[in-house]
Amino acid sequence: MKTRITFAALALAAAMPLLVSGVFAADGAAPAKVSSGPHPITQEIPADPMAKEITDDHKRARNYADQPPLIPHAIRDYQIDLNINKCMTCHDRKNTEGSQAPMVSVTHFQDRDGQTLGAVSPRRYFCTQCHVPQTDAQPITGNRFRDIDSILAGGKEGAK
Amino acid sequence: MKGLLSLAGRFWRVFSRPSVHFSLGFLTLGGFLAGVMFWGGFNTALEVTNKEAFCISCHEMKNNPYEELKQTIHFTNRSGVRATCPDCHVPHDWTQKIGRKMQASKEVWGKIFGTIDTREKFLDKRLELATHEWDRLKSNNSLECRNCHSAESMDITRQNPRAAKMHETYLFTGERTCIDCHKGIAHRLPDMKGVEPGWTGTVSAK
Repeated sequence: MKTRITFAALALAAAMPLLVSGVFAADGAAPAKVSSGPHPITQEIPADPMAKEITDDHKRARNYADQPPLIPHAIRDYQIDLNINKCMTCHDRKNTEGSQAPMVSVTHFQDRDGQTLGAVSPRRYFCTQCHVPQTDAQPITGNRFRDIDSILAGGKEGAK
Repeated sequence: MKGLLSLAGRFWRVFSRPSVHFSLGFLTLGGFLAGVMFWGGFNTALEVTNKEAFCISCHEMKNNPYEELKQTIHFTNRSGVRATCPDCHVPHDWTQKIGRKMQASKEVWGKIFGTIDTREKFLDKRLELATHEWDRLKSNNSLECRNCHSAESMDITRQNPRAAKMHETYLFTGERTCIDCHKGIAHRLPDMKGVEPGWTGTVSAK
């Protein structure tokens, strides 16, 4: 019995560095502290303040070529349903002159068989399935994503 | 018909002769006071019908437009200022207000006969109802919007560049009025097929 306990304790001690490094190596940067993070279920933790929307109309660079562009403006109460697609009142081809908004990409006019249609394909109708506005919230876990340029440049892992 | 005519004749004979029992002072002062009371009562009753509580005392208004309004920025926002139904739908100016109230008698008719007493009927009629309001706001240069939002007080440096540019191009030049672009800001929109946004195409002549 005693030897078994000792053995288990030894094994645990040996595994400890691995476990710990496993936890920390998963993320490049230390995760931001969130009050909604792990806490005893019996405890009620006040919620974090709501993050602010970023609505400065400033285009953000895409992290990879086919990333859906982000929405840099407020879209509160934008109606996207059978009756109307509010986004398209500016971003539709025929409305861009008046609105000076970027036109939806030509890929959106193709159905899944690659046939080009006269209008936006139904499968692309619900804009916010892919295009999202941003807030100033900090990521709750870090990540080591690097864009293609930094990989080609051969920078160090984790460097941005 | 003959009886009615003779009744009118008798009324006119009494009405056109000088009073026998009442003094001129009583009649003038009494008439004045009765007039004040009538006018006060009329206006009070009129104003009661211009309250949101009155609008949403009908389930048609409470369950449809009012429920939708509650989601929007004209009901819930950071500063807690909100628009009530009459702020946008009843003209503040007396003449226009009375005109609108006279039109509203059709809404009483609609209430009695259940024109929109289900959600489905309301949705089917929504384009027509919305078009009435768009036309009204278009013809009075979005007066009810401007009761709160005035172009003079609008500081476009505090707006997003996108909004500032649009207002400079279309609003300040008088080329468009609020409702041309800002449709469906307080309620959900009907089927908008054929209704161009304000910044596209030509604006219907008004």
